[in-house]
Amino acid sequence: MSGAVRRWRANPAAVAALAVIAALIGLALVGPLFNPNDIRALDWANVATSPSSTGAHWFGTDRLGRDLFARTLEGTRVSLTVGLVASLISLTIGISYGAVAGYLGGRADQLMMRFIEVLSGLPLVFFVIFLTVLFGRSPYFLFLAIGAVGWLTMARIVRGQTLSIRRREFIEAAVASGAGPVRIVVKHIVPNLLGPVIVYATLTVPQIILFESFLSFLGLGIQEPHASLGTLIAEGAGEVEAAPWILWVPGTLLALLLLCLNLVGDGLRDALDVKER
Amino acid sequence: MVRYFLKRLAGAVPTLFIIITIAFFLIRAAPGGPFDQEQALPPEILANLESAYGLDQPVWVQYGRYLRGLAHGDFGPSFKYKDFSVTELIGQGFPVTLQLGVMALSLALAIGIPLGTLAALRHNSAADYATMSLAVIGIAIPPFVVLPFLGLFFGVYLGWLPVAGWEPGSIRHLVLPVIALCLPPLAYIARLTRGSMLEILRSQFIRTAFAKGLPLHVVILRHAMRPVLLPVASYLAPAVASIMTGSLVVESIAGLPGIGRYLVQGALNRDYTLVMGMVIIYSALLIAMGLLVDLLYAWLDPRIGFDA
Repeated sequence: MSGAVRRWRANPAAVAALAVIAALIGLALVGPLFNPNDIRALDWANVATSPSSTGAHWFGTDRLGRDLFARTLEGTRVSLTVGLVASLISLTIGISYGAVAGYLGGRADQLMMRFIEVLSGLPLVFFVIFLTVLFGRSPYFLFLAIGAVGWLTMARIVRGQTLSIRRREFIEAAVASGAGPVRIVVKHIVPNLLGPVIVYATLTVPQIILFESFLSFLGLGIQEPHASLGTLIAEGAGEVEAAPWILWVPGTLLALLLLCLNLVGDGLRDALDVKER
Repeated sequence: MVRYFLKRLAGAVPTLFIIITIAFFLIRAAPGGPFDQEQALPPEILANLESAYGLDQPVWVQYGRYLRGLAHGDFGPSFKYKDFSVTELIGQGFPVTLQLGVMALSLALAIGIPLGTLAALRHNSAADYATMSLAVIGIAIPPFVVLPFLGLFFGVYLGWLPVAGWEPGSIRHLVLPVIALCLPPLAYIARLTRGSMLEILRSQFIRTAFAKGLPLHVVILRHAMRPVLLPVASYLAPAVASIMTGSLVVESIAGLPGIGRYLVQGALNRDYTLVMGMVIIYSALLIAMGLLVDLLYAWLDPRIGFDA
């Protein structure tokens, strides 16, 4: 493990990316304390003003005179929260499904993997769009719907790893000392999956943030008056010609966030030397 | 070969049938209906409308009727776009979406494969690092962020290309959407090609080819390319899926009259038949792409038999 840490530290892009992510999270959390503008306040004197033309709003204001700095910080917080919670859901499903399939083996494994194959052949994104449109848009439902999409690859990876771990001697020893299947999966197999799970988890978070902002962009995710980076970008994309800064601020932030998360994940994959699939 | 293809085709039909069935009952299970308005319609008018569209029948009867229509190639009438059938709506928009998608995929392949090959041949050089950094950016940043920025630079600041809009036959309006749409698959393809090329270049048969004194381009194109393209081929189906979902937003940002808008709009309006048409079109495309990949795979790797 220490070798992996050293290899990871030797990757300047990944280290810098992690620093940027930490800075962004810090900014999203403490930034509002320094901002004199209230997030819901409508400043009718300064509607759609650019960042430079007024000192009161650091990032300018939108069509309704709302402070873009406050809105962007809220959007970042929301996007990060959804990303983390939905990733956790999808990882939980993926790890338990994959570990169980790999541990059981045989017919059960074949059946469970066949199910994943069928699911990955379906246009899942369409079904999520479908579901969010049809069955309300509560944040809880959003977490579940987004989380439900991301678990397939995780389950595949975990199952493959489990299959190879299961044949190792310490599992045999656990069986011999009378441990039940649940105990073996939870206590002996899952902890040994850590490497690939960490790598894939860090790569899942940006995918999920991306998917959330995609849904929000379509108007299906986070709803007004709340904002996520996706809704802010959608707002900005409609104002490109008249007020480009409405796009600049959240667009740059989302791009930076996704880029850094991907760099950290790639760095981890190289450091832990995990083969995809 | 033909038998294998027919067998796979026969396997695709039940998949499509299952998708149709799930979508049909899901959308009808949702609260609300196609004739909901701010002011509720008088009950007699609503009853008339529903019986005109067959919505007063039990769901099973509607399902049977819909399937019978489908078997005759009839997607039914749209509930929201009065006087239009779903076939007409999709028929009008699909050429635009198809053009956009085909151009994006072709561009991704035409640039991604050479770029990946180049990066592999100049392993650990500045060109290699530049390509891989570009690939990370392409993978990380989605089309709906890239396209508005492209519009801002090339449309607003430089004024070279239109920010949005559409004229039949005009390529200028497609340039920015195609670029935005092709970046993620392009990045993946470049990455896959590079990784696979690096591996193949180390193998014995490539060393033999070089030892025979063959020039570099012959070794790459005649010997290495086929096995290198295997992972790229298996990525084609996800690439098409990514372009399809991307085109949902790209069309709306760029104001293109494709079919992308019908999925979300149709679902919001409870336009049952229109959404069903969209789901069928997109699923059929994805399934067809899967079939194509199988065939391509068998051609690229002769060890894979057709009798599987």
